Amino acid sequence: MTRVLTAEALTKNFVLHHLSQSLPAFRDLSFTVDAGEFLLLRGPNGVGKSTLLRMIWRSYLVDAGHLWFERPDGVIDLARAADVDIAVLRRGEIGFVTQFLIARPRVSAEEVVAEPLRQAGIADPLPRARAALETFGVRPDLWRACPATFSGGEQQKVNLARALILPMRLLLLDEPTASLDAGARKALLARLADLKSQGVAMIGVFHHPGDVAHLIDRELTLKPMTELSNVAV
Amino acid sequence: MTLHRLAPRIVTANPLLTLSGVTRRFGTLTALDEVSVEVFPGEVLGIVGESGSGKSTLLRLMNLEDAPDAGVYSLNLPQTPGNLFALDRFDRRMLCALHIGIVYQNPHLGLRMGHSSSGNVAERLLIAGERRFSVLRGKGQQALEASEFPLERMDSPPSELSGGMQQRVQLAKAIALEPALLLLDEPTTGLDVSVQAAVLDTLKGLQRDRRITIVIVSHDLGVIRVMADRVMVMRHGRVVEQGLSDQVFQDPQHPYSQQLVQAKL
Repeated sequence: MTRVLTAEALTKNFVLHHLSQSLPAFRDLSFTVDAGEFLLLRGPNGVGKSTLLRMIWRSYLVDAGHLWFERPDGVIDLARAADVDIAVLRRGEIGFVTQFLIARPRVSAEEVVAEPLRQAGIADPLPRARAALETFGVRPDLWRACPATFSGGEQQKVNLARALILPMRLLLLDEPTASLDAGARKALLARLADLKSQGVAMIGVFHHPGDVAHLIDRELTLKPMTELSNVAV
Repeated sequence: MTLHRLAPRIVTANPLLTLSGVTRRFGTLTALDEVSVEVFPGEVLGIVGESGSGKSTLLRLMNLEDAPDAGVYSLNLPQTPGNLFALDRFDRRMLCALHIGIVYQNPHLGLRMGHSSSGNVAERLLIAGERRFSVLRGKGQQALEASEFPLERMDSPPSELSGGMQQRVQLAKAIALEPALLLLDEPTTGLDVSVQAAVLDTLKGLQRDRRITIVIVSHDLGVIRVMADRVMVMRHGRVVEQGLSDQVFQDPQHPYSQQLVQAKL
């Protein structure tokens, strides 16, 4: 198996300066994910499942440890990589599927979905974007409308179509099935299975892991860290 | 405590803009205290901070309107010297006309309010040496169109236009010569919300289509969140934090950044 990500002794604290307080999130957390492997994150609410995904995405910073991401031209530590490098990885190698669509005024649903294809230099991306919207069950008469006004479920379908249109090497999934109807959930699971068979490594948080039971290869159970400690600020 | 970030490895292009060790004093006040910035080609850098943090002073230096007490400024463009602060007045004006566009919060700073809008845009082209009327008119019109300015008003002076339209004229003037660097100083502050959204959308579209490198200063974090790839937080003339936009907004590290993000509505 080809290794995609090696997390080594990750430590994360949230320092709340105005309260002179430090909330520990992780200490010395280590795990690995291989190509085509699906790792499920488990644990009670607030244990840090989404925090861990955000640390890999680098919208949260890591305090100590390493996140070794294997690339064709060498390994890069996501915990320390330059911001501009992370921006490049987010465009073509690491995907993040969240529950929230960031709609921009006056940008249509089909353009939202086509954008990653345009960024990747793919010519004439609209037919592919429309096919993805169709797969997730977005009605054709909505394709040219701006998703800001869509219902939560419809927005989520646009979000999924966009996030899954290109096969990334590592896919982070933060409760993507929330607010989906049965049809869209089925389409999502089919797309994930397809990506997995193409070798995409996945790390996911699911409220109802039963939905994805047949995709799961391994589980990582996070344990609560409840103690509060004071820091000198 | 955060980890030290490494130099770029995947991105091999040199930064378009490099400022290093820039200090600017006004009497006893140190407005900028050894500030260093790098902006990569096609990137949008947002600068946030309270009034007096030095963010507008920094932008004025990037536009070569002012000279620092210390520091070096370079743009990675052909035939430009290593330190732009060392240019004489004539070369500075030429370099700005050719390579740098700016949109100010106050349109009076960027426009001649009594001249026609198309004339304001053409002035840029005149400085760059263009003298043919048809080219001036044609290029001016293209730039106004790209800024989504209603062309039937192109002969009206900015003094007769709404605030949002005045900003579009400034933007057209700024992009008329397809600059490498676009500087935006509170470009939508003072506009009402729907006009602000439309101007931001125009800017976003221009950035997407032309891959212009942009530095945007705003005290409005919503504007920065929509526009910027990377954010730099300034306080008392120093950079207290910089990072990817979503990181600075979701996991701010410095006490001042935390305060700033929490104060956002």
